[in-house]
Amino acid sequence: MQPADPHADDLARQGLLAAMMDLSSEELTAIHLSLRIAVVATLASLPLGIFVAYALARWRFPGKVLLDGLVHLPLVLPPVVTGYVLLLLFGRRGPIGAFLAENFGIVFSFRWTGAALACGVMGFPLMVRAIRLSIEAIDRRLEDAAGTLGANRAWTVALVTLPLALPGLMVGSILCFAKALGEFGATITFVSNIPGETQTISAAIYSLTQTPTGDAAALRLTIVSIVIALMALVLSEAVQRLATRKIAQFE
Amino acid sequence: MIRAAIKKTLGTFELDISFENDGGVIALFGPSGSGKSATIGLIAGLTRPDSGAILLDGRPLVDTAKGVFVPAHARRIGLVFQDAQLFPHLSVKHNLLFGRFFAPKAERRIALEPVIETLGIGHLLDRRPGRLSGGEKQRVAIGRALISSPRLLLMDEPLAALDSTRKQEILPLIERLRDEFRIPIVYVSHAVEEVARLAARVVVLAGGRVVAAGTVEDVFGDSAAQAGESRFRRASFVTARVAGYDEAWGLTELAHPAGTIWLAGRAGPPGRDCRVAVRAVDVTLATARPAGLSVRTVLTGTIGRIDTDDGPLAAVTVDLAGHGHVVASATRKALDELGLAPGRPVFALIKTVALDEQTVALAPR
Repeated sequence: MQPADPHADDLARQGLLAAMMDLSSEELTAIHLSLRIAVVATLASLPLGIFVAYALARWRFPGKVLLDGLVHLPLVLPPVVTGYVLLLLFGRRGPIGAFLAENFGIVFSFRWTGAALACGVMGFPLMVRAIRLSIEAIDRRLEDAAGTLGANRAWTVALVTLPLALPGLMVGSILCFAKALGEFGATITFVSNIPGETQTISAAIYSLTQTPTGDAAALRLTIVSIVIALMALVLSEAVQRLATRKIAQFE
Repeated sequence: MIRAAIKKTLGTFELDISFENDGGVIALFGPSGSGKSATIGLIAGLTRPDSGAILLDGRPLVDTAKGVFVPAHARRIGLVFQDAQLFPHLSVKHNLLFGRFFAPKAERRIALEPVIETLGIGHLLDRRPGRLSGGEKQRVAIGRALISSPRLLLMDEPLAALDSTRKQEILPLIERLRDEFRIPIVYVSHAVEEVARLAARVVVLAGGRVVAAGTVEDVFGDSAAQAGESRFRRASFVTARVAGYDEAWGLTELAHPAGTIWLAGRAGPPGRDCRVAVRAVDVTLATARPAGLSVRTVLTGTIGRIDTDDGPLAAVTVDLAGHGHVVASATRKALDELGLAPGRPVFALIKTVALDEQTVALAPR
């Protein structure tokens, strides 16, 4: 048997590396932006997501059905509509956008922050759903037990509810992250497609497919997308398994 | 001291009860669906009554007339659930310490170590609740409630999910908690033997209402309180003082004005008052002091009342000389042939083998 030709191996590796290295700085910017937007969208939605999920799972209040519907709206609305509503509300002249810009200097329109907002809104229903389900699965009498031991509501949530809902928090975050990575319609409607500011991977691929010479670049970004999506899925699966095993341990 | 008078409507079920207790153990007794657990929820502050008030040591926990409602976490009332409800993500030790963290420093009068020792859970401290057996879980749950140094301990059928061996293991522990930590307990159960062993007073609930209340002897001496029980489970309770232990024969001698009661095994230290559960089917009635029988325990009394239904059997309540009652099951035919009727003097015979140390409850010291 002949020893493997180290050169052939090297060549193959170099080819792959070259393909990766071939990513132009614009493409790298798009990848970087996409990741940043998705991470910020997920982290910023998490506190509100936990609060809304807890309220929907544990409280009874007037307008609960309305809140539930509102949270789920981005899931069923055409993304373009969601993006346009965001533009109307958070745009420079929108009531909320103008207020935030004047008082806090926070501007969403045509900024990457706006893309993060759009992605957060689109991922929010998925996040709330996962967290809510895991809170609803917790035996309320555990929370009652914490109460009789002297823990008020806030302590009970911090020491009992949230630790037990941790698998749901993680799955919800991963789902929101994945949704944010793939978001296109709402983002492009709200903050357009500005390279270096709001052009995510999806938007970049869309632009590239509109130009005659963009095929190779589009393919590279597609591969990157697939890799990121697969990693998110594998991570989500791993978390699910860990959680199931943990829960089996608890029972 | 607890005093409660509350009403609450839950769907079609109406709870309307009142009771009070000065200390020690009070039992809420009744079949499932009688309102026991609903009452516990109201005392713990997990639910609000529609109207009424609950006072603990004179201070209102809830009083709808005055608009007072102390939330559960501020009541300092421990609750032991039927199924433990330990925090699955915390170790046994952290479960035990959970309530202590929230108790004001000045009121942490129950320390960790004696509770761990009494309950025998020292070897479990580093384990997760998922790795405990049912009996171990329940002991930890009792410890967790105790270590929060509660003003009152509520126990909601704490033994119902356990087999009889575990019950016999944990019952004496609860007895020791009652005596050593001097904590008032409201004990919910539908098991006569648990109630008889632990409680000084009983409140019998049925359909959301109090149908009887009083000392264990009075309530269970009245056969009506056990109307729902099968005749094999009906029992009455006799209080007597431990007079001595016969080493040679392995028998405990209990002194009662109506006669000496013998039971198998060692029941307790001499001089201590105790309460013996006597099943109605183990009591035989005689019109004359018998001779030539193997029965050791012969108690004198008079027939208080006879309860019959349309069946062939009757429950005869015998008022014992001195104090207390014992209930005997007999056929109506036998009563007729012997001419037994209320007011007639009678001898109640109890087989010693029907009594042993497990049917004996020591009175609180």
